[in-house]
Amino acid sequence: MAKTKTKPTAPERSSKRKSDAGEKIKALALSVVDQAERSADPSLDIPIRALSNVSFNPKTRYIEMGGSKQSRSFFNFGQAKRFMQTLLVASKCKELVDAGKTASIRQIYYMSKHTIKGTNEKTFDDQAESDPIIEDLEVSIDTLREELHVFASNRGNLAGPITLVDDGNTLDCTRMGSAGYAVPSIVEPDAVQFKKCEAKFILHVEKDTVWRRFHEDRFWDQHLCIISHGGGQPARGMRRLLHRMHHELKLPVYVLMDCDPWGYYIYSVIKQGSINLAYESRRMAVPDAKFIGVSSFDYERCGLTDDVKLDLDANDVKRAKQILSYPWFEGKKPWEKEIRKMISNGFKMEVEAMINKRLTYLTEEYVPMKLADRKQWLD
Amino acid sequence: MVEQADRARLSDDPADQLTLPFSRPAAAGAEAAVAQETASIDSARSTSRRSAGREPRRATAESMARQQREISVSEFFTKNRHLLGFDNKRKALLTTVKEAVDNSLDACEEAGILPDVDVHIQQRDEDRFRVTVRDNGPGIVKQQIPKVFGQLLYGSKFHRLKMSRGQQGIGISAAGMYGLITTGKPIRIVSRTGPRAQAHQYKLAIDTQKNRPDIISEETVEVDWPSGTEVSIELVATYHRARQSVDEYLELVAIANPHARITYHPPNGTVIDYARGTDVLPPPTREIKPHPYGIELGTLMKMLKQTECRKLGAFLQTEFSRVSPAVAAKIVGQAGLTMQTWVNSIDPPTAEKLYKALQAARLKAPPTDCLAPIGAEGILRGMTKGIKAEFYTAVTRDPVVYRGNPFQIEVGIAYGGELGGDRHDEDVDEKDLDVQARVIRYANRVPLLYQQGACATYKAVTDTRWNNYGLSQSAGALPRAPMVVLIHLASVWVPFTSEGKEAIADYDEIRKEVRLALSECGRRLGSLLRRKKKKTDFSRRRDVFHRYINEVVDAARAIAVINKDEFRRNLVRLAESHTEAADLEFDDTGRAIKPSDDDGNGLGLPDTVVVARDEGEAPAMDELFDTGATAAAKANVKSNGRKEAPAAKKKRARKK
Repeated sequence: MAKTKTKPTAPERSSKRKSDAGEKIKALALSVVDQAERSADPSLDIPIRALSNVSFNPKTRYIEMGGSKQSRSFFNFGQAKRFMQTLLVASKCKELVDAGKTASIRQIYYMSKHTIKGTNEKTFDDQAESDPIIEDLEVSIDTLREELHVFASNRGNLAGPITLVDDGNTLDCTRMGSAGYAVPSIVEPDAVQFKKCEAKFILHVEKDTVWRRFHEDRFWDQHLCIISHGGGQPARGMRRLLHRMHHELKLPVYVLMDCDPWGYYIYSVIKQGSINLAYESRRMAVPDAKFIGVSSFDYERCGLTDDVKLDLDANDVKRAKQILSYPWFEGKKPWEKEIRKMISNGFKMEVEAMINKRLTYLTEEYVPMKLADRKQWLD
Repeated sequence: MVEQADRARLSDDPADQLTLPFSRPAAAGAEAAVAQETASIDSARSTSRRSAGREPRRATAESMARQQREISVSEFFTKNRHLLGFDNKRKALLTTVKEAVDNSLDACEEAGILPDVDVHIQQRDEDRFRVTVRDNGPGIVKQQIPKVFGQLLYGSKFHRLKMSRGQQGIGISAAGMYGLITTGKPIRIVSRTGPRAQAHQYKLAIDTQKNRPDIISEETVEVDWPSGTEVSIELVATYHRARQSVDEYLELVAIANPHARITYHPPNGTVIDYARGTDVLPPPTREIKPHPYGIELGTLMKMLKQTECRKLGAFLQTEFSRVSPAVAAKIVGQAGLTMQTWVNSIDPPTAEKLYKALQAARLKAPPTDCLAPIGAEGILRGMTKGIKAEFYTAVTRDPVVYRGNPFQIEVGIAYGGELGGDRHDEDVDEKDLDVQARVIRYANRVPLLYQQGACATYKAVTDTRWNNYGLSQSAGALPRAPMVVLIHLASVWVPFTSEGKEAIADYDEIRKEVRLALSECGRRLGSLLRRKKKKTDFSRRRDVFHRYINEVVDAARAIAVINKDEFRRNLVRLAESHTEAADLEFDDTGRAIKPSDDDGNGLGLPDTVVVARDEGEAPAMDELFDTGATAAAKANVKSNGRKEAPAAKKKRARKK
């Protein structure tokens, strides 16, 4: 699997960041202690991660988080537990940072979970409770997850003519077997470095099965590109890597999604960032990414048959209209036409629909045709 | 109709009457009784027809005339004893005690004596009891004794409009008659009018045909009490102790009559002493003339016949209340008559005109100073004495009028404590929660034990939306709550649904007054319950904060070097101040009282008493009320090892 192997050197890798995040957590805890001393209600200011607190910056062309904050107060009956949980997670992150170790968000959950003394109550009942707390902590001390030494599970793969150094191992992504390079959660420059790149562009597809089609047909070889997928909505690692490859290696990013509201939205997340992680857009968005398909006009354009139609239900229509109203879609005439066309079609299509014509139609005809014709791209 | 019924029964063997089944339907009203009688006529007729063997000429006017004669009231009631509350053996005992006790209390109050009533029930045989009731009242003049006890419908109460317990003068004689019928033993009366007078003893039977006392013996006797009356009746009855028993009745009497001392000797040899709660007698009630709005045409015609006034103007002014000369002039004008019209010249059509004019006249409401309500304070004294609860409140409404009769409604509520679990408390057992509220009803201080569902007051309770006051209640039912609702109707003429005096008729005015009083009490209870809930909520909150404080302290300590103990102290202090309401239960009297409260109940409510939850017994009301109904302040003095009501403490503190 790996070409060469050197010993990982974790502690020195993140020494600078460590002290940074650690100090911030420390400041947070001391401010709570200080508030209690001044007889003020101990509280944390947590930026709001919701549509109401994000805006689309037309200049940078990505979603930015606004300044609204929510106070999480210990002596507010409804917030007491989450306040306690936030401090608990903070203390665990501090522990990780100090020890120079990393933990998954699930491991953080287990590290923080215990029974409160003298009760039957657990500090956390579910990972669904601790995950948002980690994000709360990130935004409230303006630190990245990586800096807190927390990672998520790997999601997304890539293959193509690029050589990376990951955790000290040099990996040639043309020779990673049928599954390709599994993109880790943390792909910061100190963890993943680009060694050599012959690719001219990146083709990002929606999910694993489609990606396998391209990989098997050695699309990356013929077109000298990197093919990647994020397993649906891409996790932070995949998005960060796309961002880095785009900016550091100057590779254009082309996105191939299903023709449905979900596909549109994933494209917009890659391009402008997500609402929930708006504070990360700066490091993750690829504002120049292009949507190359599947377009709702492709049904006629490619002469597809009824067999590929998937019914559009009321929820899809609602979601499509919602997407159209997002500031980053609003006012873009081609997108308006595209989404309206899908609604008027009354059906959606998967990328795999192209295979209905011929197994190789997708990789040998459809995508090359799309890549060749800029007019069919959506921005 | 009634005459016919009786006539049909007259030929029956008198022995039949003695062996009549004792259990008649308890709810039988006059109509039901009549229907029953009618049925027995029909069966009697068909029997005679069969024995004749041919289709007979049923009766001639002459043969019928031979059977038509006067029937005595006593006879009528012998047969319809269920109308008077002697439907069954259980109820007979209760009714006998009730009539005797009511008479005793009425007599004492009229004479301005604080009542001391002794009730003895001795068991003679399996279903034979002797009921003896003695009071310390004014006694009865010797010549009157036979009539008062040996003649039905003889009494001072029927002919007047005055608030008193008895209304008709039937009760005690009927009880005596029942005893006579069932055991053959005469009623025994001993009465003494004063320390210097001799006590007379009578043994009386009742001549049911003539409604006349039948004196069996008469003698003077030595007694060890200075004045009063003792009635003793032997009767067939059964004794039990549950609901609707003599025990319950006396318990309720004690609640509504805190000025009375009742000593009860039940058959089992024990003695139950209901001590006096106050030395203040209810103010004497005044007799009033009927108000024109309250009479019917027939009553008017009877009054016209019986009056001693000769001129119409004088008649109207003397026989009615609220008819002034000016008003009388208007009325007679309206009827086309004059003030000088001779009363005896008024014929029925004219009387009807006069009646209409009376009803159309604009009159002041009848005077209401003739009523003597128990009063909010009295109700509280009675309830705290007899019911072990946590919260008491009482409301006395202003007097109002139904059909020209002034009346007044009073309501008291006792809640929680030993009555059952309160779902607003923190540590309550689910099992204790399933209790239904109990309604205790009174008319002129007399407890009403039967026919609750038919009573206007009960309907007012089920009509009230208790959910608004924090209690659970299904539509049309009593609320499910550890609660006793006391309702008292005081009136010069209580509109009972039947002679048995068991349920109050459903007049809109009455129901409305009851509802208003209930709502007021309900609101007060609601404010207690809200407060309790808040307290519970806050103490739950405090628990939560305390639980998390250690977590927060440990987490902060893991992050930075801090003074752990100081941080914890600061957080605890903040937690306490954020949940101050929870401290209400932590004050040294164990009471939910804020230091600023000065109304004695911690709720800012009038006529309300709140008892600490673990308090062994209710506060002594004398102490509670020594500065008025809403005595103030608290001091932390303990006596007899129990916690005291705040007002009580104040008094003791002052004494020091």
